[in-house]
Amino acid sequence: MAQTAVDIDIDEIIERYPGKPEYLIFLMQDVQSAFNYISPEALTLICDHTGVPESQAYAVATFYQSFSLEPKGENIVHVCLGTACHLKGSGLVAENLLRSLGLEEPGTTEDLKFTVEPVHCLGACALAPVAVVNGEYYPKTSSTKLMKTVKKLVS
Amino acid sequence: MQEEAKELTVSRLGSVEELEQLRDDLIAADDPDAPMIIVCHGTGCRASNSSGVAEAFKAALKEAGEDIKVMPGIKTTGCHGMCSRGPLVLIKPQNISYEQVKPEDAEEIIEKTIKAGEVVERLLYAHPQTGEKLVKNEDIPFYAGQHRIVMNNIGKIDPTDIRDALKVGSYAGAARALLQMTPDEVVEEIKASGLRGRGGAGFPTGFKWSLAAKHKGGDKYVLCNCDEGDPGAFMDGAVMEGDPHAVVEGMIIGGYAIGATEGYAYVRTEYPLAIKHLGIALEEARAYGLLGENILGSGFSFDIQINRGAGAFVCGEETALMRSVEGKVGEPTPRPPYPSDKGLFGKPSVLNNVETWANVSRILKNGFEWFTAVGTEKSPGTKVFALVGKVNNVGLVEVPMGTSLREIVMGVGGGVPGSDHFKAVQTGGPSGGCISWDKADTPVDFDSLTAMGSMMGSGGMIVMDDRDCMVDVAKFFLGFLEEESCGKCFPCRLGVPRLREMLKRFSRGEGTVEDIDELYSMAEAIKDGSLCALGGTAPNSVLSTLRYFRDEYEAHIVEHRCPAGVCKDLITYRIDPEACTGCRACARACPQDAISGEKKEPHVIDESLCIRCGMCMESCKFGAVQVF
Repeated sequence: MAQTAVDIDIDEIIERYPGKPEYLIFLMQDVQSAFNYISPEALTLICDHTGVPESQAYAVATFYQSFSLEPKGENIVHVCLGTACHLKGSGLVAENLLRSLGLEEPGTTEDLKFTVEPVHCLGACALAPVAVVNGEYYPKTSSTKLMKTVKKLVS
Repeated sequence: MQEEAKELTVSRLGSVEELEQLRDDLIAADDPDAPMIIVCHGTGCRASNSSGVAEAFKAALKEAGEDIKVMPGIKTTGCHGMCSRGPLVLIKPQNISYEQVKPEDAEEIIEKTIKAGEVVERLLYAHPQTGEKLVKNEDIPFYAGQHRIVMNNIGKIDPTDIRDALKVGSYAGAARALLQMTPDEVVEEIKASGLRGRGGAGFPTGFKWSLAAKHKGGDKYVLCNCDEGDPGAFMDGAVMEGDPHAVVEGMIIGGYAIGATEGYAYVRTEYPLAIKHLGIALEEARAYGLLGENILGSGFSFDIQINRGAGAFVCGEETALMRSVEGKVGEPTPRPPYPSDKGLFGKPSVLNNVETWANVSRILKNGFEWFTAVGTEKSPGTKVFALVGKVNNVGLVEVPMGTSLREIVMGVGGGVPGSDHFKAVQTGGPSGGCISWDKADTPVDFDSLTAMGSMMGSGGMIVMDDRDCMVDVAKFFLGFLEEESCGKCFPCRLGVPRLREMLKRFSRGEGTVEDIDELYSMAEAIKDGSLCALGGTAPNSVLSTLRYFRDEYEAHIVEHRCPAGVCKDLITYRIDPEACTGCRACARACPQDAISGEKKEPHVIDESLCIRCGMCMESCKFGAVQVF
């Protein structure tokens, strides 16, 4: 059933742009933001529309950090690891969060509840360290504060 | 009601006279003495809930209603600059500057400042050294020490309302170029201004333009680089957010000068607000006839498309960026051919960054002599910096080229918290380097920074104090570059990870002094063998920290000690029994159960269990957990 819903929405997205190779990234961005990842079926549709070979689209999808070919978690946590945040201890904040979620490295938890990703500078350096949880900024965060915020999302 | 008024006035401007008439009408309709509450809505202040503050003002004004003689307007603008003190609020016409304003302060500000003309003392900026409370913006050293050309309109105009931009003279430069000058004259004007690209390398902008302009006829493109990937730098994003019209105007001028009819603005996807404001600016400019067919009746047509970045640092490099606009993998391509001959879609193209484009609009408006009067002979004009890290006034600053590091950090920046000096200032992002305190009088311009082993870069300026480890900082930048290397050429793809491995060993206290020599030879190989600047400048962070902080490297390798107390394998956490109150906060926070002790008795950390995660230190309210 979910597959049908995906099919309907994706056609609307595909029609947003002319069928030219230079719109490949535009389409992938829109699909990524609508579904949180780009499924193999979606990638095929995009390639058919833009006339780009799938091998090339795959190269693009794996080159740019904002694309994911795997489904992401329900909650997305970005921990900023920009220079200003690094100096204010964001490395430890990220490590401690990952450990508390049972993740060895950035990625998605097995239960698909959380995806933790580092991000390089959100332009809010004055408020370092910064984390963004589901689109909301958490300025001057700490390991304790962020872990509390994240735990609240599942309770 | 404002919305309706806006609808009514929109009509395409068919000539410069119509543009000037509209500007005069807009200015005449404005009362310069009318009270106005300006709430900063830059990314920093928004993250501290400035939109909640603006809402609170609206509600409080409604509440106060008839008690107020002249109803103040509320305006939301781009970044005022001092992000660390946000949300920032400015009260006009007195220019009273309030900081760290909370929604619950709105009522008091309206009661006291708007109604009674009194100042709310506790919301004023306090001088970091003297503690003196400063009322007006112009009294605060952070603002007084700046010279604003690029950011001149930011904080004054509502970036989502083109009429506000027109009032302060936006598009006057484009009007002059398009209707009073030939394309060649525009190129000459930029050449005469001595403007150098603000994206990092400082290439002369006018010369770059002339190379593309000499190709007569056919498709050409201008591009704007707002893929500000340097971590710790957010100037370009803030300019795009706060005054997108400056960039649009610059691109129109550039398009006219080289003979391009299409422009592309490549904006980092991590900057949603910049993308939104640019989108609004483009729509409004089209509606007013400042973009699209036959701009201002000049016969010149030009339009701009927004491309969102997809998360790749290397796309800040011009050839990689062009491949990305084409929908391809963002790998740099060899030069020559230069983009001015064969760029986007194989056509002559000019790419400049946000700040460069904004400067172009100012130069065309005011003339090149006005521009060359500021800055140094070889680096005229100003530079915007994102001043971040261990400095009191974290935020955006614009100073004349040639201002010393000392003046920027200790003057405008208000100094380093708890210290009378900085340890190092890092400029140029991951490609740049660290400059030590004994070089604090270095003038900041393109050539002096390069001579110091760093570079201007796009304008990140990261201040470090004695608690920052130089080995760790170099390792951090290499980690960033290792991840961001596109992998096309092997000196960068394999060399950067090798350099980082060596630094990892140093940070564990391993390695020998001879390894440092190997580090140098590896760095040289990476510099020589890489195709683009990402690899070519990758070793800078190591080389510059070695140049000024070799003793710190040796402390790690020889003494197995991290003087700054950062490198995990070389530090131990201990609890000071004198300061510990036995509150158990650290024991509860410790994920390893490594902390023991009776309630109300000093606690002890079992070093064999400790993973140095820092949770105990973070949880201790008494500063009892210390690093050795």
